[in-house]
Amino acid sequence: MKIPVVKNILSANDQVATENRTTFDQSGIFVLNLMASPGAGKTTFILATTDRLPEKLHPGVVEGDLASSIDADTISARGVPVVQINTGGGCHLDAPMIRSALPHLPLAELNLLFIENVGNLVCTANFDLGADLAVVVASVAEGHDKPYKYPGIFAVADVVILNKADLIEVFEFDVEFFRRGLEMVNPNVPCFILSCKTGDGVEAWVEWLFDVVGLG
Amino acid sequence: MHELPVTKGILAAAVEAAEQNGARRIIAIDLVIGNLASIVDDSVQFYFDMLSKNTLAEGAKLNFKRESGTARCWDCGHQFDAGIPLIRECPACNSARLHVSGGREFYVESIEVDDENSSS
Ligand SMILES: Nc1nc2c(ncn2[C@@H]2O[C@H](COP(=O)(O)OP(=O)(O)O)[C@@H](O)[C@H]2O)c(=O)[nH]1
Ligand SMILES: [Mg+2]
Ligand SMILES: [Zn+2]
Repeated sequence: MKIPVVKNILSANDQVATENRTTFDQSGIFVLNLMASPGAGKTTFILATTDRLPEKLHPGVVEGDLASSIDADTISARGVPVVQINTGGGCHLDAPMIRSALPHLPLAELNLLFIENVGNLVCTANFDLGADLAVVVASVAEGHDKPYKYPGIFAVADVVILNKADLIEVFEFDVEFFRRGLEMVNPNVPCFILSCKTGDGVEAWVEWLFDVVGLG
Repeated sequence: MHELPVTKGILAAAVEAAEQNGARRIIAIDLVIGNLASIVDDSVQFYFDMLSKNTLAEGAKLNFKRESGTARCWDCGHQFDAGIPLIRECPACNSARLHVSGGREFYVESIEVDDENSSS
């Protein structure tokens, strides 16, 4: 006998994600989930952003990238509260990991939280963390065909950052080709082309973010 | 490492449905997985066999139904399998203006249970 089920495989994770979302909402914190390949510039992007935030925004960071704890130290050195999650070799963050990180953050002092996910363009897309904004960071050095190869992650993005714009000529990166691939899976998604190294374009992103967070 | 939460999720959904229906044994579990965001391959069966020991689902076979994304041409309306990596031009008119949808399914569709031991 066949019994219909139709239940999301990761519904246990989704449930905790919903709880996280409630916690964030109650604390008045706007949360970004940053997803990218290793080395795309997630940490650099967080720092470039926090350095330029208007005074009204008080950021914190959840660091899940495996690369090293250097990331957390660098962020902490700038006076931004940060908690490092040890994923134990896992290839993505999940909602329970975020839940257990929350007590280590001064939630009452924050209104913006950056979650740096593990460098991975495949599984991260499937695990809802309870964030408000899914940010996919691609970089010029990875090539312009990323959206064609990893359509799943670009499909879930609320905003796409194309970082390392200073390398566009060196890598003969075809921006139009990249954009076409992105539009195939996610038409009209905002895309910011910027360089965290030179700072070009970062201001426009920060202004957009400030608007989205909506503190007025 | 994603195999663990995925396998746990499959097991939990299947066992819950079996219990609700008074079934004693699950023979097979039908999964629908989209090709575009796939994090699941057949190795999940291996993890499943370990995790399902001493549960209603011990020995159950996982059936994977793959759903691919569908591409639609903005210019001529032609529809085709989006492929991975995505196909970049419409095979009918060569337009590069395409829209891709679907292929992101990720759920337990149904379970096959043993009728003889069923109380319902
Ligand atoms: N040329 C260039 N390099 C960058 C840029 N942003 C980051 N990087 C470099 O890319 C490398 C990886 O950056 P990181 O932020 O650690 O990447 P993550 O692994 O995604 O956190 C570092 O060497 C950065 O200095 C950029 O805009 N242009
Ligand atoms: Mg990093
Ligand atoms: Zn066409």
